[in-house]
Amino acid sequence: MQTPNWQRPDRRQLTWWESTYIPTLWGGVLGTSKHFFRNLNLHILHAFGLCRDIPAAATFQYPEQLRPLAMRARTRHRLTKREDGSPRCVACMMCETVCPARCIHITAAEHPDPNIEKYPAEFILNLGQCVYCGFCVEVCPEDAIRMDTGKLNIAEYSRGNMIYDKKRLMED
Amino acid sequence: MNDIAIKLLLSCGTLFLAFNIAGFLTWVERKQSALMQDRIGANRASIFGFKALGLFHAIADFLKMLSKEEFIPQGANKFLFNLAPYLSFVFAIVAFAAIPIGDQLIIGSRVIDLQAAHLNIALIFIFAMMSMGVYGVILGGVSSNNNYAFLGSMRAAAQMIAYEITMGAAIMGIVMVYNTIDLQTLVRAQGVYLLGGWLPKWGVFLQPLSCILFLTAATAETKRTPFDLPEGESEIIGYFVEYSGMKFGMFFLSDLIETVLVAALMTTLFLGGWQVPYLHPDGFSFPWGGHLALANGPVVLLGVLAFFIKISFFIWFLMTVRWTFPRFRYDQLMNLGWKILLPASLVNIAVTAVIIILLK
Repeated sequence: MQTPNWQRPDRRQLTWWESTYIPTLWGGVLGTSKHFFRNLNLHILHAFGLCRDIPAAATFQYPEQLRPLAMRARTRHRLTKREDGSPRCVACMMCETVCPARCIHITAAEHPDPNIEKYPAEFILNLGQCVYCGFCVEVCPEDAIRMDTGKLNIAEYSRGNMIYDKKRLMED
Repeated sequence: MNDIAIKLLLSCGTLFLAFNIAGFLTWVERKQSALMQDRIGANRASIFGFKALGLFHAIADFLKMLSKEEFIPQGANKFLFNLAPYLSFVFAIVAFAAIPIGDQLIIGSRVIDLQAAHLNIALIFIFAMMSMGVYGVILGGVSSNNNYAFLGSMRAAAQMIAYEITMGAAIMGIVMVYNTIDLQTLVRAQGVYLLGGWLPKWGVFLQPLSCILFLTAATAETKRTPFDLPEGESEIIGYFVEYSGMKFGMFFLSDLIETVLVAALMTTLFLGGWQVPYLHPDGFSFPWGGHLALANGPVVLLGVLAFFIKISFFIWFLMTVRWTFPRFRYDQLMNLGWKILLPASLVNIAVTAVIIILLK
């Protein structure tokens, strides 16, 4: 059988001193201890109100301290409104057609204004199924649906609550 | 009557300290690992809005464990299954009785040795208790009727036997140098000064190799990373895989109690126990000529304080080791135990014996 032509890692032989692992063990303890004492001293200084601009931890304290969102981050959807507060949507079914997760369901109805043909009598978006691809936003000819609410912490106690209707989508 | 009351008070005090340091260690472990990894650590549990740096997490954990279901797997040996955590826990606690936490306290005409059980075989007693603790681990795994638990307990048995021999052999150097296995006498013997009164006659200076060997073997005895093969969280979960609620908590806590015990043993054997450098029973006598007279009370208090500072140092060190090194592979563990540590400790005994004979 032919040996496969793997690229062998370039490993050199360990010297005797290295093979006792003492230098690496010492280096490891030194490394973690350096972090420990640096952070401990910073925490103590912070408690006295000093050196507050040097952080003692690399983490974000999530519910109180949120990470900044990217400009083009796709967050929870909203329906934009006309000046009179009615939805901008004309129920053209583009988003419902393009949605790969099939989570949008629109029921169209005739709009009283003859300049606008239709409006969504019902606009149901099931966030439990949504994959946040953003196709609905891309495809909308009227700029009626956007994903710019900045809301990411969508958690509910039931699946039913994940289904957003027109009213909830227009709240933001 | 008074003697019994004093002994009872002393035992309760030792028990109280051992429990509380171990409980406190759950917090120390979380916070220290957090600081080492640039995190904050558990800080959410609060009582009336007071968070106290996350100290209440220990209480919250305890309450959670108490309120969980006690699950006994089908086909398990119920008696042994229930017995195992108690064995593991009790023997770890009992070993503290023989650890001297301070010098002789003189109240009136009464002399109180600050050692819960004044045994002249204290060292052997502690070793016996630590060996008995292994039974809890083994029984816990065997009685669970679970292959992973069984594997974990078999690993524990092999590891404990390998490292207990090294521990015993490493200690022989100390026993030969100080010529005693009574820990209080041993600590008192470490209060002598060498090199013209500058260097305290502590075990770490006389037996440095034995100190390193004992520390390594004792870390293996606590079953914590890098020697956590019996648990092996990422592969077999280990001997306590079937335990839930407070029984699991007892296994968890007995590991921490053993950590405290190892720190206390290291302190007693190698760092002079309650000895404060240059502190004699009548006060400080410095090698550069100063003398500061102190009464018996402050001297004993300083000794107890020194004991706890030394313990804290070793606990810090053990935690640092636990959160720095990755786990050994099983063959590496056995190689280290049988091929490196045991021969080294035997060489240490031989060299120490030769030196002692030459110095006579």
